[in-house]
Amino acid sequence: MAVQLADKMVQSEKVDVMTGIIWSNLAMAVIPSVTAQGKFYLSPNAGPSALAGKGCHQNYFNVAWQNDNLHEAAGAYANSAGYGKTFILAPNYPAGQDALTGYKRFFKGELAGEIYTQLGQTDYAAEIAQIRASGADSVFFFLPGGMGIAFLKQYADSGVDLPVVGPAFSFDQGILQAVGDAAIGVVNTSQWNKDLDNAANAAFVESFQAEFGRLPSLYASQGFDTANLLISALEKADVSDAEAFRAALKAAEFASTRGDFKFGNNHHPIQTIYAREVVKEGDVYTNKLIGPALENHADAYAADCKM
Amino acid sequence: MSFILIAEQVLNGLQFGIMLFLMAAGLTLIFGVMGLINLAHGSLYMVGAFAAAAVAGATGSFVLALAAAMAAAAAAGALIELLVIRRLYDKDHLDQVLATFALILIFSEGTRWMFGSFPLFLQIPPYLSGPVSLPGGIEYPLYRLVLIGAGLFVAAGLGLMITRTRIGIQIRAGENDREMIAALGVDISRLYTLIFALGAALAGLAGALVGAIQSVQVGMGEPVLILAFVVIVIGGIGSIKGALVGALLVGLTDTLGGVFLPQFFGLFMAPAAASSVGSSLASMAIYILMGAVLIWRPTGLYGVRA
Repeated sequence: MAVQLADKMVQSEKVDVMTGIIWSNLAMAVIPSVTAQGKFYLSPNAGPSALAGKGCHQNYFNVAWQNDNLHEAAGAYANSAGYGKTFILAPNYPAGQDALTGYKRFFKGELAGEIYTQLGQTDYAAEIAQIRASGADSVFFFLPGGMGIAFLKQYADSGVDLPVVGPAFSFDQGILQAVGDAAIGVVNTSQWNKDLDNAANAAFVESFQAEFGRLPSLYASQGFDTANLLISALEKADVSDAEAFRAALKAAEFASTRGDFKFGNNHHPIQTIYAREVVKEGDVYTNKLIGPALENHADAYAADCKM
Repeated sequence: MSFILIAEQVLNGLQFGIMLFLMAAGLTLIFGVMGLINLAHGSLYMVGAFAAAAVAGATGSFVLALAAAMAAAAAAGALIELLVIRRLYDKDHLDQVLATFALILIFSEGTRWMFGSFPLFLQIPPYLSGPVSLPGGIEYPLYRLVLIGAGLFVAAGLGLMITRTRIGIQIRAGENDREMIAALGVDISRLYTLIFALGAALAGLAGALVGAIQSVQVGMGEPVLILAFVVIVIGGIGSIKGALVGALLVGLTDTLGGVFLPQFFGLFMAPAAASSVGSSLASMAIYILMGAVLIWRPTGLYGVRA
């Protein structure tokens, strides 16, 4: 599906710049063919490792993060919180493998267990039983979308009360309301939060709320940054002049909702990743910043990228 | 590998199987009695979950939410039977698949349009939440035990209905010879609507019960639907008993396979390779089971017709 849509846009509608894919498995199918045809691709979310290292491309920019980043920050946070034995789990697909790799890269303790679940799995009773039996002192999980909702609800109900750490995806504004009390107090890592203190972010949060009547999600902030990056580049150069347009994108001169923003040599962001905690403000479940988990962090694959 | 872990995983498998049974029971009745492949059965599961979430949100009562889930799914089932399905009984299976697939799309988009694309919130009621201690030191979530109990209760009720009541006799007769029971003066089209609504209500109940521990979102029914088809093929089409046995087999195979196969391969392989071989074999396990059952009994465990 994704590949057909992308081919249609590139070949019959002659677009110059593409963006939009959320899932890494779809991104892997689309991005290489799009960039090979000389088009630009700005990723607002997916950042598979294969496209950050040897497979990097001069026309591919990632505005969100390399997939490992938030998980690396979670590993760093687990160290500082004093966890020594973590049970880790993620779905069996590119971003899931990147997640566990990222966590292990920074986590200094030992693993109580490591599980790959099925993508789209909705029942985690079997995994929770293994967590209970493993003797872990903490749990790290990466389960985006409905998978995380199911896991957190079942985990809270199981009576296992080990602390949980995860990347922001399962604690995003859109999802938290469906998880409810089960998420309160969980520490998660993100490059953005609604209370990050900078002018662009304050304006973004306020206008988003005025327009849609709810708090913006992480995905919304990434989409917003992607659009602003594109606007900033279009103001400086014309798309038909690929060299100049690429340089304008690389310069990334726009006011990001996450404060300072710059691209590394592989066109992935170098940025600070924060730890945040789920709280309840009035009737709304949301996140509160705790502090930076990794500062000015670049990804581990940048050195493999030759361009 | 402790006894507690194994016991807990067996309970997980039973609970999963029982929920599959609620889906498969309706599917097998509809397939067995009317000869209809209903792909939209997963949508009825979703309708139940959404109705439950909406009612639980408005009233705060989980019991009312379950009642609403069954009522909404039964109503949706009866409605599509009257409007669409009725025209499909004498068509071939391909037409049925196409039409009911269209129903999936209509239900999914309709639900998205009514409730938005964010997942809804549906929670276990406080009096059923938290773990309980079982003999042998097993800690197990109370809600999942209640699911097992509720499913067995429904299974017993269905069994009694099929074997002991007038409507049950009509269902069994309809399965064997449609023309003959129509000739005997039974209102066959009313019977079909009734069976369809009953199957839909069971799917809705399953959706609401499972929605409370998983996530209530558009598209939640389709993965379960595939497994429910595997269950009815294993159990034998049209057989409630077959659906129960098949569902428990699939539930146990899937859960225990997912846990123990990776560990089994871990005995003689590197951890990473064992995990990937084990989990891919585990996701195939139920289809291997289905293949084995079909080789042994081509009509399924309790099936009478090929």
